[in-house]
Amino acid sequence: MGKVILEVNELTTKYITRFGEDVYAVDHVSLKVEEGKSLGIAGESGCGKSTLALSLMGYYFPPLHYTSGEIIIDGHNITGMKPDDVRKSILGTEIAYIPQAAMNALNPTQKVINIIEDVVQAHDPSKKKKDIYDLARAGFEKLGLPADVLQRYPVELSGGMKQRTVIAISVILGPKVLIADEPSSALDVTSQKMVIKMLRNLMDNGMIKAMIFITHELPLLYNVTTDIMVMYAGQIVEKGAAKETVFDPLHPYAKGLMGSIIVPEAGLRGVKLTAIPGVPPNLKKPPSGCRFAERCKYVHPECKASSVGVTTVGDNRTYRCILSEKELREVYKNAN
Amino acid sequence: MPTNNDPVGNNPVGNNPVGNNPVGKKLCLSVKGLTKEFGFGRQKNVAVNKVDMDLYEGEVVSIVGESGSGKTTLSKMLLGLINSTEGDIYFQGKKRDISSYSKKQEYWKNIQAIFQDPFSSYNIFNKIDAVLLDCINMRGGRRLPQAKKVEMMTEACSFVNLKYEEMTNKYPFELSGGQMQRLMIARIFLLKPKILLADEPTSMIDACSRATILDMLMKLRDETGMTLIFITHDIGLAYYVSDQVFIMEHGKFVESGSPDDVILHPREPYTKRLINDVPKIYEEWDLTTV
Ligand SMILES: Nc1ncnc2c1ncn2[C@@H]1O[C@H](COP(=O)(O)OP(=O)(O)OP(=O)(O)O)[C@@H](O)[C@H]1O
Ligand SMILES: Nc1ncnc2c1ncn2[C@@H]1O[C@H](COP(=O)(O)OP(=O)(O)OP(=O)(O)O)[C@@H](O)[C@H]1O
Ligand SMILES: [Mg+2]
Ligand SMILES: [Mg+2]
Repeated sequence: MGKVILEVNELTTKYITRFGEDVYAVDHVSLKVEEGKSLGIAGESGCGKSTLALSLMGYYFPPLHYTSGEIIIDGHNITGMKPDDVRKSILGTEIAYIPQAAMNALNPTQKVINIIEDVVQAHDPSKKKKDIYDLARAGFEKLGLPADVLQRYPVELSGGMKQRTVIAISVILGPKVLIADEPSSALDVTSQKMVIKMLRNLMDNGMIKAMIFITHELPLLYNVTTDIMVMYAGQIVEKGAAKETVFDPLHPYAKGLMGSIIVPEAGLRGVKLTAIPGVPPNLKKPPSGCRFAERCKYVHPECKASSVGVTTVGDNRTYRCILSEKELREVYKNAN
Repeated sequence: MPTNNDPVGNNPVGNNPVGNNPVGKKLCLSVKGLTKEFGFGRQKNVAVNKVDMDLYEGEVVSIVGESGSGKTTLSKMLLGLINSTEGDIYFQGKKRDISSYSKKQEYWKNIQAIFQDPFSSYNIFNKIDAVLLDCINMRGGRRLPQAKKVEMMTEACSFVNLKYEEMTNKYPFELSGGQMQRLMIARIFLLKPKILLADEPTSMIDACSRATILDMLMKLRDETGMTLIFITHDIGLAYYVSDQVFIMEHGKFVESGSPDDVILHPREPYTKRLINDVPKIYEEWDLTTV
């Protein structure tokens, strides 16, 4: 087992809305990311992927609140750290975070190099512009981006180039972990592929030690990450090696999700897509039993009775269902 | 590029390249040499360049192309939202006439669209009941008794797995993205257009909700016989749902035909590249080509 870069134990966080209601968006999430590994997070809209990303950096600001659990980054327990300290000593240097739709948030009146100067000087005010330029140029070159992008304004860049620029900037301070939230969803296939290639490069040439990649596009995750976890209504319902999770899912929700993948590959036209009927529960009052029970084809009365724990299979695989691995396989076999 | 050269199109058989095309069915929409230029002189940009298309009733077609290839410009012309620079559009065998406001209104009873960002397509001051009521009125149901209208709205909501009681008195922005997307389909259910144009309808949503939405759209197609046009980057989607696929590059259709021909056996380098760039799961995805 490699060195653990990021460890999260039983993390629970919630939003408190303007009306004082609690929204339980991340519920008892545990995960570990080892050096050289990348973790993909999949799940339908609103299941808490982005909230988990914010939560596991320890970066809390209203309406998001920490409830319980532990966060350990490269051996340092950062649980309970103040947001200001997180900003100073974690963001950018330990963990780089690329929020959803980040590429459209670049300041349009600054050249790329000026944006980089701000990022670097926020961390080290004494750093000279010349040194920052050299650092940026080297970083861009290593990632295959033309150095003249540094002198351009964001609006002058195509969508794909903008996104790759955002990624290059985010790793300028040498973070250990990169968290990328839907970095390629708004791009066309060719630009998307360039972004993916860049993320893989970052890992391959050791510019980052570990990565978390969030997207609902399963074929993408499958091609980028070593491990995949599936979230449903704030909880992890399945986690394991990418290949197992995609081709041999255990949890009924993961099973459904994998059945809805469409790729332009022969034979697919004959396959019936599985649409999971119903909608996820309201996270203001999540059910006390299994959160997926309401939509599950294989539901038992016990599923709704009390909360369902995590079952471990082998050494690296977990799922959250009352059925055993054997029972689940049986159920799926009979369903076909 | 083979197309049907008979714009009135009573007989689609013959030189029509499409495999599982509903042979003998009626031509619904036909496009001849459709062109749109923006700007003049050196600034001139031909966004859509002499495009030909024959769409049959009940058919599902996809228009696929990279960013800026002209897909949205083409769909705006089909919808009659912008004028073409050249070329003609035939609807149900007759040349489309939208020269007056009332003629446009008449045309829009037949063609409807859903867009990528569901939030952009609602009037924020209208409650959901009003949104649905509008659809009934547009189909000439203004005089129907209130109870009948409620019945129709309830039916439309349940078609897309929404509860009408939960929708009343809400504004569209109080809904989640997924609910909003389904509300758009409920509108289409009431409007029953001959043609539905969906511009990137599923790119914002996850695979699972995408399957649900596709299910609903296909069911609606089966029930009403409408023609469905998907405008998309998603080649997997195009492969999965379409009877015909059109590949668009720089305003032109460079390749078209059945999905098995175009997507599994592409001839054009551009088509090959697009397909190559889509992430695969059963085959190795080659990252060295970008
Ligand atoms: N500021 C907020 N206040 C209250 N609730 C919120 C807030 N932001 C998000 N939520 C709720 O928290 C839940 C998780 O949201 P989150 O944005 O993390 O989902 P996601 O999985 O990233 O979805 P998507 O795929 O759409 O990006 C949702 O139910 C959402 O409605
Ligand atoms: N109103 C306009 N004025 C000038 N040029 C325009 C206008 N609308 C579109 N264009 C240009 O026409 C071309 C085609 O644009 P269009 O929006 O149709 O592409 P698209 O295929 O829909 O792209 P995307 O996949 O990004 O939505 C582009 O070069 C665009 O810049
Ligand atoms: Mg998100
Ligand atoms: Mg467009």
